[in-house]
Amino acid sequence: MANMRLTKNEMPEQDPIVRAGNFDEVALGYTPEMAIDEAKRCLNCKNPACRTGCPVAVRIPEFIAKVAEGEFEAAYDIITSTNSLPAVCGRVCPQEKQCESKCVRGVKGESVGIGRLERFVADWHMAEQAKLEKVEVEVPASNGHRIAVVGSGPAGLTCAGDLRKMGYDVTIFEALHKSGGVLVYGIPQFRLPKEIVAKEIDNLKAMGVKIVNNAIIGKSETVDELFEDGFEAVFIGSGAGLPQFLHIPGENLLGVYTANELLTRVNLMKAYRDDYDTPIKHFHRVAVVGAGNVAMDAARVAKRLGAEHVYICYRRGRDELPARLEEVEHAEAEGIEFHLLNNPTRILAGEDGFVTGIELLRQELGEPDAKGRRSPVPVPGSEWVLDVDTVIIAIGTSPNPLIRNTTGGLTFTRKGGIEADEGGVTAREGVFAGGDAVTGAATVILAMGAGKAGAVSIDKYIKEKNA
Amino acid sequence: MYKVVTKRFLNDAKTICLFEIEAPLAARHAQAGQFVIFRLDEQGERVPVSVADWDREKGTVSVMVQAAGRTTKMLHTVEQGDYISDFVGPLGRATEMEGLKKVCVVGGGVGCAIAYPIAKEMHKRGIEVTFIGGFRSADIVILKDELKEASDKLIMCTDDGTYGEMMKFLADVTRPYGISTIISLDPIMVDGTGMCGGCRVIVGGETKFACVDGPDFDAHQVDFDSLLKRAAFYKDEQDRAAQHICKMTGGKRNG
Repeated sequence: MANMRLTKNEMPEQDPIVRAGNFDEVALGYTPEMAIDEAKRCLNCKNPACRTGCPVAVRIPEFIAKVAEGEFEAAYDIITSTNSLPAVCGRVCPQEKQCESKCVRGVKGESVGIGRLERFVADWHMAEQAKLEKVEVEVPASNGHRIAVVGSGPAGLTCAGDLRKMGYDVTIFEALHKSGGVLVYGIPQFRLPKEIVAKEIDNLKAMGVKIVNNAIIGKSETVDELFEDGFEAVFIGSGAGLPQFLHIPGENLLGVYTANELLTRVNLMKAYRDDYDTPIKHFHRVAVVGAGNVAMDAARVAKRLGAEHVYICYRRGRDELPARLEEVEHAEAEGIEFHLLNNPTRILAGEDGFVTGIELLRQELGEPDAKGRRSPVPVPGSEWVLDVDTVIIAIGTSPNPLIRNTTGGLTFTRKGGIEADEGGVTAREGVFAGGDAVTGAATVILAMGAGKAGAVSIDKYIKEKNA
Repeated sequence: MYKVVTKRFLNDAKTICLFEIEAPLAARHAQAGQFVIFRLDEQGERVPVSVADWDREKGTVSVMVQAAGRTTKMLHTVEQGDYISDFVGPLGRATEMEGLKKVCVVGGGVGCAIAYPIAKEMHKRGIEVTFIGGFRSADIVILKDELKEASDKLIMCTDDGTYGEMMKFLADVTRPYGISTIISLDPIMVDGTGMCGGCRVIVGGETKFACVDGPDFDAHQVDFDSLLKRAAFYKDEQDRAAQHICKMTGGKRNG
């Protein structure tokens, strides 16, 4: 008999006041009892709509049924048959827009907590593995075909994992010293502990995926040279790392960071820890411009670094906030202050060049545009100055041009993304692409879906070529 | 891990040291004017440094580093045969030399390490090179023989300015004569691939990233005021950090 309670089991969390002062994970995860109880809310629908909402087509009702039976390892095997990074997805996927949005239980009441269950299963598996002295991993036999993957973010890792499972000899080339792409430099520790990313990557390595760090394709080596070196196909998952600016006066003043710089210093380089050398300013009053997930991450990082006041400045209203509701709620609970309907017009500084404030122009919501989103309209003469010592620009990123500038035969979108079809097939034979490098900044799970599609296309390409 | 194949101090005062690092990927395409980023160990910061020399056969890249802040002081304690955690490159664009006939290459102090491979490459291509090397005092002079070899005329002098200011004054000297002047910048950066935007400089009123658009820029277009201020952004933090290097373990924090 299904559990017909209308609400999800709540996620245990660190207290907001306490967590705003540390970098430990905010959400603590379900206990086995909670997981089993939540799993019993699933009706195991005959035609599971949830699965169609998942970019990597996780066999959702099947794994949840195993959780309900307490067969957690079996649930793990079901998830990982289509998803190489369950501990990551269980934490950072916008489930409310994907699988959970399709759940029948959500029609009346709350959907099943699919994401929370996925996370539980992945964490349970990791904890069990940690207890073992030696972990046995199945290493698929090599089929002798070498594939290069550019970038070790969610798209690259997924593509590499799937190809390895098919028997390909896969090498990932990563520009940074640590693997994981945006999972390590972008998403903060308190939302996605780096130990978890490292373990998922270790799993892939144990399966035989090779990773070469400190290799910048487009600089250290070109895509052409990868082919010369014997790779038969290349998958480009180099992400969207190039920060965008507002193009307002004062953006180069001292104390203006891009969200990328702040997050990279803190997440990748661990500037928040005394035992790491990378410096970060001790700031007091911080304005974050933008209101997406990255802006929320930057604001919450700034708070944890000790800022007394952190403001989100956004030109639209509450209903238009692009961040996930959960992220906005977490930020608010931690004391992040919101200046909605306020558009920055310039950044101000003292004679020494250090930021002293940001000028904002109040906005009103106008008529809905074609997409139904109400556009902000400036209120003339309503400028005011918010007193801050630091400004963080978090208004988006675009694809990195290093590959674009050094790889012939590809075509690009107006925004600088590589043109590729849904299967990741580009204009150049043997070159595939997916994730933010194609779409511009999107989500981890969409990039993983693209990595998966890329792996299928590469397999098809190699087989046809060698037929 | 990347092996230090050779370590050699370049002057009597032991202020600047050459490190030849085994790094085949970086050596494959390194060119004059480009840079690499190194990291000593897990706790280390990413530090950009110009490529001073390379050997494609051996798969090595040499850098010349002055002990100034915490990381560079720690690097100086790393010995030949030791390993450092990371070494990535080449980054940035190579110096453009196409069509040049007569060039004055100017280096100040450790800046000569940046200027040396550029002069050497120009000299090799038959461009007439006059090299002016400026040092604060005679005991810190580096590369005298190498620079003589890499130029048609070598002028060594001593001054008491900083390298950043020197570039600014140099730009002022050449501007009235309309002499095309290129400077190599080394602003604060993290990743070196265009991601963090920390290295932005204003050139001709436009924001550029030194890591991917540079490091060479037209000296007459660079906003030096902004450049020099941005370069000193972490000065307090760096001064504090440089005072705390373990006297027992030096550059080898993890044994």
